[in-house]
Amino acid sequence: MLNLLKKIMKTGCVTEPYDGGIVPPRFRGEVAWAEGQCQSCQRCRVACPTGAIGFSGGRLTIDHSACAFCGQCVAVCEHKALAHTGEYQLAEMKNQLSGKIKSILKRSLHIRHVDAGSCNACDWEMTALTNPIYDLQQYGIDFVPSPRHADMLMITGVVTRNLTQALTMTYEATPSPKLVMAVGACAAGGKVFGNSYAIQGAVDTIVPVDIYVPGCPPRPAALIYGLLLALDRLEEVRN
Amino acid sequence: MIGSVQVIPAATLRAAATVVCHGGLYRLTAMFANDERMINGSFAIYVLFFSKEDAAFKTIKAIIKQDDLLEFPSLTPLMAAAAWYEREIHDLFGLTPVGHPDLRPLVLHENWSQGRYPLRKDFEPDSVESGENIDYPVPPVQGKGVFEVPVGPIHAGIIEPGHFRFSQAGENIINLEAKLFFAHRGIEKAVEGLSFSKALFQTERICGACSVANTLSYVQAVESLTNTEVPLRAEYLRVLAAELERLYNHVGDIGNLCAGLGFAAGISNGSRLKEQLMRLNERLTGNRFLRGWITLGGVTMDITQELVQDIARLLAGITDELNDLLGLLRDNDAFLDRVNTTGILPQQAALDLGVVGVAARASGVDFDIRRDFPYAAYRSLSFHVPVYTNGDVAARLWVRADEAAESIKIIDQLLEELPNGKLTGELGSVEPYQAAFSMTESPRGSNLHWLMAGENNTIYRYFVRSASYPNWPALTVAVPGNIIPDFPLINKSFELCYACLDR
Repeated sequence: MLNLLKKIMKTGCVTEPYDGGIVPPRFRGEVAWAEGQCQSCQRCRVACPTGAIGFSGGRLTIDHSACAFCGQCVAVCEHKALAHTGEYQLAEMKNQLSGKIKSILKRSLHIRHVDAGSCNACDWEMTALTNPIYDLQQYGIDFVPSPRHADMLMITGVVTRNLTQALTMTYEATPSPKLVMAVGACAAGGKVFGNSYAIQGAVDTIVPVDIYVPGCPPRPAALIYGLLLALDRLEEVRN
Repeated sequence: MIGSVQVIPAATLRAAATVVCHGGLYRLTAMFANDERMINGSFAIYVLFFSKEDAAFKTIKAIIKQDDLLEFPSLTPLMAAAAWYEREIHDLFGLTPVGHPDLRPLVLHENWSQGRYPLRKDFEPDSVESGENIDYPVPPVQGKGVFEVPVGPIHAGIIEPGHFRFSQAGENIINLEAKLFFAHRGIEKAVEGLSFSKALFQTERICGACSVANTLSYVQAVESLTNTEVPLRAEYLRVLAAELERLYNHVGDIGNLCAGLGFAAGISNGSRLKEQLMRLNERLTGNRFLRGWITLGGVTMDITQELVQDIARLLAGITDELNDLLGLLRDNDAFLDRVNTTGILPQQAALDLGVVGVAARASGVDFDIRRDFPYAAYRSLSFHVPVYTNGDVAARLWVRADEAAESIKIIDQLLEELPNGKLTGELGSVEPYQAAFSMTESPRGSNLHWLMAGENNTIYRYFVRSASYPNWPALTVAVPGNIIPDFPLINKSFELCYACLDR
């Protein structure tokens, strides 16, 4: 017991404030396109394993919800037209929250996780949110054991055929109003493994999705950004 | 790795397997089918055996001609380790293991339309519609006051999907049935026809926590097929990646084990140390799961002198902190009371089921691919393989703790001896329909990837047997006889991946 107290005192408080971590130089974030350099050779489009890159009207488009940030497009580009930036705050809300949901949720959010066929990387990053460094509870957000207690479902993975029934039942068991977050390239884009007999597709092919958080997996800070974006609380935590 | 291959008609499979396994020198390590009708007009069942003593593999290839009855004699009555492999072959290829005691569906669940076999070459994915939900009987346990507790596939924590059915007499668990493969994504089929380099992306995403181990097994299988020479520096950096993966897994798992008995300080310290290691991974490779580092022929990124110092500094801190954490557990009678003699996996069960990795070494099975079938730079590095014999939760914990310390020593050693040189070697080409396999030691145990090439350096057949595959059935052996509140603890002490198993 004494040793335990000593260890706790020695460690002290390690919790970081919002956006308190460092983005290392090698981090592969948002893919930036330099229009002037691009020769439209389209090698990046061919190389992209998830079909996230497109060309329309001579302009390159990147669907970040499908992107796995693997760096293959950047590696094949001979014209230095593509590069990863350190930007990871890429979550997108599909609909703005209605005033009614906001008034019900207020500042707090209870989340149920559903693994709908993930590789477990997204799941582990969600677990990391509860470690003392990110300490998700500091924002009034927490994970709950049952969908019946939840305001939000965080769904990871391409939806597999074997999990479809459990996913729809969990969605139905969650009381309204409810939010759904698609976490990571599998859940948000659904194209990581291409066509397969065992995969239904992205989460929004099965249940409606409100927030998409890109990444493979999204780093914990990107998840916190997505959660606070959903609650419309970014301004508040930044100040 | 190739080893010897003995080709036989399927009808004689049981006799051939009996000869190979005679005396217990060779043990089953993987079993799968391949649709070779367009090559030679038959299906093939591959059965892989290994011997630690001989440091060798033997493969039996059993041929089922396409016009014959699509069946083969089941090996399960001879060796329990074959049970799941044969159910999987039955599901995916429609080849029947005659004499198998339990042919319930394993990989494809009740909603699958019957009579469609997705790993056959003539399978058309667009033709699949959801079938009628057929019955999935769970063997009942009967008796006065016996009841069932169903759990999952969606769990209360942040956990992967799986269904557990406990048969209970009060708190005591009489039987545990695990229904898994909810995360089955059909990856083996999805990569068929892809070039080796395209498939690397999917391989790296079979499992998050074993990203490096799966990628390494895959690239080594391709390199073996194509006679590719990997530069020495890349071999060392691959070991660095593999040991960093083992370290963050083991440190995190020691913390998570504390969650199985509600020891908050342990959870908190374990997850804090794991976070430091994940951040190191991100500094080294741009991804917290070390993705994008290992590639065909070598590695994509070098490490600078500055990063070497970063690693050394962080690991020195981790060593001290991990010792602090383990001290809190070793001196804690309440903790020891929960982990000692809980969830025992007997050594014979571990051998019979072909259990690998931490779970095997905690039950007295002294086997580690890194030492017994060395790959990458492991043959040039010296390290100790910890073995415990109690087979309980505590033994699995101490194996992990000792291995984490060994991983740090391995990393120190390899950074000291890191040779200079190129990062990638030129990939050779391969004649169609050649096969090879490779094994690595993932944080959970031996991880086997088998590959047959198609035309133009593409994949004809890819089979993945992760460490979790043989270990999941062992959990259902270790759990009965314990009380249900100890299940999370026992489960966490095995720490198996669902994604690795389900593919």
